[in-house]
Amino acid sequence: MTAAPAPAPASGQTVKIRPRARLAVLVGRTVAWASRVVRFGTGSVIGGRVSLLVDRNLLAELTGSRDVAIVSATNGKTTTTKLLSAALSSRQPVVSNWLGANMTPGIVAALAAANSTDTAVLEVDERWVDSVLRATNASTVVLLNLSRDQLDRTQEVRKLAEQWRNALTSTPPRTVIANADDPLVTWAALAAPSVTWIATGQEWTADAAGCPACSGRIDFVDTGWACTSCDLRRPRVDVFVEDDTISIAGRSFRSPLALPGRVNRVNAAFALAASSAMGTDLDAAFDALDNITEVAGRYRVADFNGTNIRLLLAKNPAGWHEALELLEGPSTPLVIAINARIADGHDPSWLWDVAYERVGNRLVIAIGERRHDLAVRFRYGNITHRVAESLEEALELVRQSPDFDPTVPVDVASNYTAFQDHLEKVGGVL
Amino acid sequence: MTSTPGLNRTDSAVRIVSLYPDLLGTYGDGGNALVLSRRLEWRGIAVEHITVDAGAPVPDSADLYLVGGGEDGPQVQATRELELSQGLHRAVDKGAVVLAICAGMQILGHRFPDATGTSRSGLGLLDCETVRVNRPRAVGELLTTNARLTTPHGLIELGPLTGFENHAGRTIPGSNAVSFASVEVGEGNGDGSEGVVTGTVVGTYLHGPALARNPRLADALLEWIVGPTEMTPLDDSDVNALRTERIHAAREHELAPRRSWRDILRRS
Repeated sequence: MTAAPAPAPASGQTVKIRPRARLAVLVGRTVAWASRVVRFGTGSVIGGRVSLLVDRNLLAELTGSRDVAIVSATNGKTTTTKLLSAALSSRQPVVSNWLGANMTPGIVAALAAANSTDTAVLEVDERWVDSVLRATNASTVVLLNLSRDQLDRTQEVRKLAEQWRNALTSTPPRTVIANADDPLVTWAALAAPSVTWIATGQEWTADAAGCPACSGRIDFVDTGWACTSCDLRRPRVDVFVEDDTISIAGRSFRSPLALPGRVNRVNAAFALAASSAMGTDLDAAFDALDNITEVAGRYRVADFNGTNIRLLLAKNPAGWHEALELLEGPSTPLVIAINARIADGHDPSWLWDVAYERVGNRLVIAIGERRHDLAVRFRYGNITHRVAESLEEALELVRQSPDFDPTVPVDVASNYTAFQDHLEKVGGVL
Repeated sequence: MTSTPGLNRTDSAVRIVSLYPDLLGTYGDGGNALVLSRRLEWRGIAVEHITVDAGAPVPDSADLYLVGGGEDGPQVQATRELELSQGLHRAVDKGAVVLAICAGMQILGHRFPDATGTSRSGLGLLDCETVRVNRPRAVGELLTTNARLTTPHGLIELGPLTGFENHAGRTIPGSNAVSFASVEVGEGNGDGSEGVVTGTVVGTYLHGPALARNPRLADALLEWIVGPTEMTPLDDSDVNALRTERIHAAREHELAPRRSWRDILRRS
């Protein structure tokens, strides 16, 4: 085992869990169980909340005797968490909060339900990296990207980068796996003692024009990027993603991923690099990745009222930039759904930062609570569109279209809460 | 030197410049350029849209300039570069129309606060001053009473303006500035008014983007440039549906549809 030595808890004991923590776990599990029994939900968060009321240092306690990896980003953290879990599972038991409950309560609930020495792969909300890193002393931190998301409530991305940088300074992990093509992530990761840099070929750079180090201007050229005022520049990379190939540690893997799109090859590259840093054989890790066909419902193809649909999630401009790769080309109609609840952000102005024109001549049906915002965006994009009140009504319009092809699943691309609604309609998380 | 652009334009394309979208484009404000361009194209009027990124020279010969909202750091950098270039100043002297949103409006005024709260010199193209006030950031739907804009072609009725605001400053219009309207819901300038207009320079806190949610404001700016005779009516049914819904939501103070306790617990 190459895991970092377990940090000694404040009490001075090493592996043994304090009685208070044991009580906290027991109470949390009971509440989670009760929540499931009365069918409120999975209990994945409420149990953790109650546990933390009993013992607020529970996260440190629960990670005292296991290796921990943290995965954070604006986009791709759920998928990468799942891929890294799969890669590590090839040689050890793994616990993960891969259902997306990614703040301390959700993490505590996931860990409390598992064996105390299982390796933990934790998806962590961007704003919680600091506190989770401090509590867990994670050995490995995976930082994928930072971009605008939930404009009305999340701090500006620059401030998030600064929080990450401070977190890595005060609790340095053994290894950071970071995106060399994202200046905000790069600047944050440079605070860590050891970084594996991934060349992601990230195309969305609109949130990184201002240098995070000096407020100067970042120049993007084909070969990389550099600040025009200070010495922040793209670091020398260790792992490349090019077309279908991931190059890592002098070896090339042709990606056979079942998950579609360039972005998932990038996510896989992060997972491979992290699992390798945590001591897993690359071949075994790589084999584990290609069995994954969906992540918490993303990319699921399912029957809904007799029509085959494919569920896609895209919740901000950078995410849409990647999702549109899957939506350009065909001529069949598609459905796009936008909500603006708390988890989505109340301000959908970002729809205007998305190049929806890339769908070409396809008929697009706008649904969701902010369907009229979408319709106006489509109108000014000269995109053929209709507005519908529900997914059912949207699919009715799709079936009536002369371009409907019953042999091809209808793409339904949604932002966060709209996606959750649609996932529930086709049976929820499997 | 001032002139009335609508009266002496030749047949050439309307030139629209988006200024520094790489620095000031955080809130979808880039959509304003698309709205203006389409509303000209749909009327058969040629349009040339120019994007000027930070570091590039600012042309002074365009008809309309758009400055978007942004974060505190880039806001200061944009001010520095615009001050250095003087291209926007020369354009305004020649009578160009400017629409500046949120942080864009703040930097076009005389003074604005930077990330640390320190007051900095703005570009002085709008007669207003923005100060930091001790209240929570204004975040939410912004709705005004019936707004109006005075152009060389007369007074144009804009109807209620609707949008989303997200800012920490209070903007105090000076004696050479007029506002659009009074605030019905939200914060606006902070003194009960919304919008700052000095000559041909128009500032507002409305995101959404502003011109996507308020087509009459878009047309008022275009009419300023091409004159009223070319402003034929367009099909605004999509945007009218959006306006009805958003104006209702603002009045109901409803950011998102209410959810049942059961629903909230299920997802917690």
